[in-house]
Amino acid sequence: MSKPKVALYWCASCGGCEEATVDLTERLFDLIEAVDIVFWPIAMDFKREDLEKMEDGSIDIAIINGGIRLEEHEEMVKLLRRKSKIVIAYGSCAHLGGIPGLANAYPREEILKFAYEEAPTVINPDKVRPMKKVTIDGMEFELPEFLEYLKPLDEVIDVDYYIPGCPPTPDLTWEAISKLLSGEIPPKGHVFGSDKSLCHECPLNETKPDEIRLEELKRPHQVILDRSKCYLAQGVLCMGPVTRGGCEALCIKGGMPCTGCFGPLDGVYNQGAKALSFLASVIDIEDEEKYREMLEKLGFDPIGWFFRYSLAKGMIYRKKGDGE
Amino acid sequence: MSDGDGFEPTIVVFACHWCTYQAINLAGTSRMKYPPNVRVIRVMCSGRVDPQFVIEAFKNGADGVLVAGCHPGDCHYVNGNMKTMRRTVMLEKLLQDMGIEKERFRREWISAAEAKKWVEVVTEMVEQVRKLGPLKLAEKREVVMNE
Repeated sequence: MSKPKVALYWCASCGGCEEATVDLTERLFDLIEAVDIVFWPIAMDFKREDLEKMEDGSIDIAIINGGIRLEEHEEMVKLLRRKSKIVIAYGSCAHLGGIPGLANAYPREEILKFAYEEAPTVINPDKVRPMKKVTIDGMEFELPEFLEYLKPLDEVIDVDYYIPGCPPTPDLTWEAISKLLSGEIPPKGHVFGSDKSLCHECPLNETKPDEIRLEELKRPHQVILDRSKCYLAQGVLCMGPVTRGGCEALCIKGGMPCTGCFGPLDGVYNQGAKALSFLASVIDIEDEEKYREMLEKLGFDPIGWFFRYSLAKGMIYRKKGDGE
Repeated sequence: MSDGDGFEPTIVVFACHWCTYQAINLAGTSRMKYPPNVRVIRVMCSGRVDPQFVIEAFKNGADGVLVAGCHPGDCHYVNGNMKTMRRTVMLEKLLQDMGIEKERFRREWISAAEAKKWVEVVTEMVEQVRKLGPLKLAEKREVVMNE
């Protein structure tokens, strides 16, 4: 019997997910032993033509990280979908939009204008912008189009499974891949990781008081956290209660409150709104003026606080030109 | 930018069973007039209104959303409305950051006796949203602009 075929690809991402794959370390050899990697442009020399030549449905598992921001991403993932039996959205960007998804708070034109004209480090008096097609000395060059918004993978193609995280931990990656290879196939749409919130596996959970009541909120840089006590009880936003577990509480152990990269739990469709809801209910201020003042002083930024990884999924998108 | 004449906004109202919903009833039995643009959803407490509901209402075609509950101190469940207060203040900012005008989302305290206040609030809100025009959502996010 021939070995199962695996393809890996990246879209709008930082490369951290590829790093996480390499972080399988010795297990990477086990993986190579068990499967044939037929496409992995970041690590080996594969071209698009190689993929096109493969038969439809001939790849067993395609692992795709990154959101969809360029025309090229869209074409490539559609091609990969056609060639693959199982598609996995790997990492926060493919799963929920991730950090690059935060750009969805701005229209495309504003992003390009800032990046190519207004940013303090840019000198561009002719206002040159990247163009889709350009001819220089009779040669034609082409660039993929920058799309209106960044989309999570499942808004472009059908996705079978999700491995969450920014980036996913090597252990979780290994667990997911070995499960699929051993034929232990979870139901479609399954998100690997725990089905309970991070608090359940958090080492500081024991120190969490029965009821958290915060008279004041603080941002992580304003306080030196006691690393042996629940961060939320210390007045800092920790996304643990509304975030899927399965990450081994790595940030918590490293002294940082959770920022929510594992995404929402089953049954929650808007992680950010849920986070807003829970934080509002643990604050113990009943005077509206005082409450508004406190938020104002903190520089309250709901998108940055609650939607750090899930804005592309949770946003309300208005029609272009509407409401301006 | 309204869509010409004839635009009728849809306002989704989440009304607390113990106060605002009774005020709406009272307005009806007292034969008070208010615009028919409201779609009232009764909840047991305004604290039951998950911010997800509000976002979902906008995504499903509401032009405005009103969350209404008991006055501070009057909550049937002691402090449910205080949670509403804290949530809606945050939600207000979130919706604005997402590009939803602030007139489209409102929170009001309306007691069971305040039928008049209910009528005033919805009349005013319907007018404000009518002026803003419909909330049009992007149908397809892949629209490419340069072509």
